[in-house]
Formats: sequence, C-alpha cells, structure tokens
Amino acid sequence: MRAALRSLAVAEEAHRPAGFGAERDELRALISQMGGLAEHAIRESMRCLMHRDSAGARAVVEADARLDALEAEAEARIVAFIARHPPSDEDLREAVAALKIVGVVERIGDYAKNIAKRVPQVDAGRSDIEPLSLLPAMARIAAEMVGDVLDAFVARDAAAAEQVCARDRSVDDFYDSIFRALLTFMIEDPASVGRAAHLLFVAKNLERIGDHATNIAEMVYFAATGARMPERQRGDDGIGGR
Amino acid sequence: MANRATRPIFAPVDIAEHERRLARGLVEALPEPILIVADGRIVVSNDAARAVLAGATEGADVRLAIRHPAALERLLGEDTAADEVALVGVGGPERRWALRVSPLSGGLRLVRLADRSDAHAAEQMRVDFVANASHELRTPLATLVGYAETLREAGDEVDAATRARFTAIIHDEARRMQRLVEDLISLSRIEGEKFSPPGDAVDLAALLEETGRAAANAAAQRGCRIAIEAPAGLPPVAGDRAQLLQLYDNLVANALRYGRSGGTVRISAAAHGEEVRTAVADDGEGIAKEHIPRLTERFYRVDATRSRSAGGTGLGLAIVKHIVERHRGRLVIESEPGRGTIVTVTLPAAAAAGAPS
Ligand SMILES: Nc1ncnc2c1ncn2[C@@H]1O[C@H](COP(=O)(O)OP(=O)(O)OP(=O)(O)O)[C@@H](O)[C@H]1O
Ligand SMILES: [Mg+2]
Repeated sequence: MRAALRSLAVAEEAHRPAGFGAERDELRALISQMGGLAEHAIRESMRCLMHRDSAGARAVVEADARLDALEAEAEARIVAFIARHPPSDEDLREAVAALKIVGVVERIGDYAKNIAKRVPQVDAGRSDIEPLSLLPAMARIAAEMVGDVLDAFVARDAAAAEQVCARDRSVDDFYDSIFRALLTFMIEDPASVGRAAHLLFVAKNLERIGDHATNIAEMVYFAATGARMPERQRGDDGIGGR
Repeated sequence: MANRATRPIFAPVDIAEHERRLARGLVEALPEPILIVADGRIVVSNDAARAVLAGATEGADVRLAIRHPAALERLLGEDTAADEVALVGVGGPERRWALRVSPLSGGLRLVRLADRSDAHAAEQMRVDFVANASHELRTPLATLVGYAETLREAGDEVDAATRARFTAIIHDEARRMQRLVEDLISLSRIEGEKFSPPGDAVDLAALLEETGRAAANAAAQRGCRIAIEAPAGLPPVAGDRAQLLQLYDNLVANALRYGRSGGTVRISAAAHGEEVRTAVADDGEGIAKEHIPRLTERFYRVDATRSRSAGGTGLGLAIVKHIVERHRGRLVIESEPGRGTIVTVTLPAAAAAGAPS
C-alpha cells in the first residue's frame, strides 16, 4: 500500500518511470542510505581510535544494529520485487546486484564495528608506534573508496566503478607496509606485541573494507553493463579475514 | 531516528508550480550548493549542488544525494537540530562541507552546504606543524639522552677519547635543538609582525658585504668562493635590518651547503626601477622541478638526512619567505638540475615603499 501511494506521488514527475520504477528507486535510496551508514562508521571508528574516544566507539558499535535492520528491510524488498513482477533481464540483473551489494555493505559495517571495538584496548595516543601514522591515511582511502563506489552506484557509472577497483592497490600497499613496520616493531620491542597486534587487526579490517568496496564496484559494473568487469589486478579474493 | 514507515508519505511533494519556479530562481542565484527537500525528495537543487552531490537531481530520493546518517536524520526524521553536520570527502577527495538543514513552511526543508575545505586545510597544517616540530625535536633529544646516559652509567670506564667524542655529539645535538627553537621563535615573530611594514632605510650593498663576511668561514670549509656584485649608488630599501641579514644568511648558507664544494656562490644586487633585485646563485646540483613549489613549507627538505647531517632545520626558506612577504617583496626560486640554483629576492626601494618612519 505504501509503495502504491508512493508510485502515485511520484508518477507525476514526467521523467520518472511509473509502476515498479518507484520500488526500484526506493531500493536504490535504501542501499545508498546503508552505504552512508557504513562509510560514516569507518570514519567515526578511526576518529575514535586516534582520539581514544571510547564513548564514541561504543556509539559506532551500537549504530551497527541500524545497518543490520536496513539490510533486512532491503532484502525483503528485493525478494518482493522479484516475486511480484516478472522481471526483465535488466531488472533481474539489478536485483541480483542489489542483493549482493546489500550484503557487502553490511559486512563493511561489521569491519568498522570491529575497529571501534578495539578502541578501548589500543592506546593510540601513545605515538611511539610509528606505523600508527599510516593508519589514518589508509582509512581515508578505504572510506573514499566506499564513498566513490556509492556514487558510482547512484549514477550507474561503470567507469567510475572501475576506478574504485584501481584504488584498491594502494590500500593493499598500505597494508603491506603497515604489516612490515608493525612486525619489525614487535620484534624490536616484545612488550609492544599486544598493542601492535590490535593495530594490525585494524589495518586488516581496513584492507578488507577496500576489498569489499571493489566487490561492490564489480556489482555496479555488472548491473550497469550486463558484463563482468575485466579481470582486476588484485591478487587474492580475501577469504576469512577478521 | 529516521523511520520511513511513520513519516507522512503524501505531504507537500506537489508544491505549486509557481512557488517551485520562484524557489528555483532564488536557489539557482546562490553560489553555494543548495537543495530544497520535501518528504524525502529533492524538489529543487541548484547547479552547485548537482556538481558536488552525485545524485542531486530534482525529483530524486534525497538519500541518493546525501548519505551521512546524521544529515539524513535531520532531513527525514523529527530531528530538527540546527547544528551543522560535517561532510567529508564529498565532491572531491579532500573536500569538507558543513551541512545545515533549516525547516521552511509547508514541511519543506532547506539544505545548505558551506565549503569548509580551506578552513580544514589550515587547521590540518597547524596540526601537522605541531606534530612536525615535536618530531624534529625528539630526534636530537633522544640522541642527547642516550649519550648522556651512557657517559653517566659507564663512569670511569670510558676513556678520554670516547668521552670527548660523546660530549662533542651532545654539544652538536644540543646546538641543533637550540637552532631549531630559535628558528621557530623567529618564524612566529616574523609572522606576528606581518602587517607592520618595516621602517629602516637599509643599504643593501653594505648588508650583503656583511653577509659575505659572516659566511667566509663556512665558505672556506667547503672550499667555496663568494663573489659579491653590488654597484655603488643602490637605492636603500625599506627594511628591517636584522631580518634582511637573516634572509641573506639563510640563502647563502643554502648555497654553500647544497652548492658544489669548491664552487662559487654569487651574490648580486641591482636597481630595477623602483625596486632592488638581489640574487644568490650557486653552481651546485640544483633542485628537481617538482620540489621547488614546496621548498618554503616548514620542514620541507629534498633530502632530509642530508639537510640534518649538515645541521639544517628545514625552516630556512620558510623564514625567508615570511621576511620577503613582510617587506612586500617577491621571492623566486629557479633551478636547473646539474647546473645550479638561483634565488631572487626583489624588494621595493625605500621611497617607493612609503616614507620611512
Ligand atoms: N641552493 C640550493 N640548492 C639545492 N637545494 C637547495 C638549495 N636551497 C635549498 N635547497 C633545498 O631546500 C630544502 C629546504 O631549505 P631550507 O633552507 O628551508 O632548509 P634547510 O637548509 O634544510 O635547513 P635550515 O633551516 O638550516 O636552512 C633544503 O633541505 C634543500 O633540500
Ligand atoms: Mg637552509
């Protein structure tokens, strides 16, 4: 009933397709909103990490429930969308891509939540761990990738999606150099192992976020073109990871 | 919380066409990104908004254009807090915006984005500066502490030669910290005086001679020759004598330090209309093009290790730049890798710069 009302309300806009176009719009808006929550969670969790803001970190952890709720709502809408109409090829492609994107965005939120969870344990204010200065730069790229891939999704822009994938390289490079630096650090100063390990997990989470942004980019590309994105230059497909 | 199920669905989506046209005319005339939103949809957006926000087409769901959770709560929910929401990385990687939502009549909401990229960059520079300064101080400090501790703990076991070597290192590092602190203080003093024009009438020919004399020792150490060409009868410049000395000391020190050992450093001055153009040139290895725009940044060095081992603090050219600015002059750095570097400072002559007080 809501959807029907909305279709009516929107149908008056001449450039807007009537019928289930409105449902599709609602779905896209919902996914964009979810992406915004995930993107914000990445930036917030990193801010809390660098500023030792445990209360803020708790808020990030709690806000993740909202993302889960939206995921459930989006899934239900996608299923209903497929079930109600005999979908065209294009619709089906979009629905499948949407289903996958929704799941990936939720995962990105989880990684951000994991970072936030570590905030109380990491004393990031002690700047004696040099690789610490690399983490914010790495996080910024990861968050930008998420933001850019959402823009590509909104604009159905396959070329922009490809550019997002190209950036995953630099996130991986960051991870490698942070990994190496932290390892050296732990060997030189065994007392730092606990703290350094937390930071290593943070870096790993960011690296996974970058991977997932490329996954979304591939789905955006697929939905827009109907083809798979040409072989990406990235190595592993990242299994597990925490 | 923005709960889409409970918010009205119909409401004012169809504001009268003439109102919409009026609103669009107004909004389009403004340079900052603006949206008018009704019931979660963009009713009006201006060019600036469409340039910054990927999905800000009229008629679109506002969640396609704006994703920040706090912003959406103000746009879709009951949250009418007037404080701004900071948007990061929207409309370009390093860009920052302050988003404000204000309610209009009939359930419309006005969304304005103010560009905060510059303010944020300035703040970032301040933070970086503090971080850099403490980093620069920490390195010599650690050396100092390390050697002092070794000397104290080893006591009589250290032979005289080692002791002498250690105290020399301690002395050098302490001197370096002292220089750094002095440079920082002088930099902030020059900045503080930025808006009070210097009043002395300074004879540059004499001042450059003095610079040359002061650098004679350093030049001898590098086996360099300093050649000064300053014709008689140069018009005096309106300047701060001490600051101008500091300026040329820095340029000559750079020319000696990064120039060719055994080379020649040329200092020259010549009148050009109402100005005096001075230059310090060396025949060293030069500076690659990409570094030149950044040389006047605090702590920027092409080769940090080399600068440090030569006792540099990386503040020299930042100080030069600020002194030149206070004198309403111009600073130009030109270099050809392999051939040398020439730094030109042009200063207004005393009469032209206004009556000396
Ligand atoms: N004449 C020159 N030839 C080649 N490189 C130069 C020259 N002058 C400056 N540079 C480069 O510019 C950098 C910045 O110079 P600047 O004078 O600001 O700092 P510094 O010389 O390192 O330290 P100090 O504060 O003691 O002057 C230097 O580290 C050097 O790499
Ligand atoms: Mg210098």
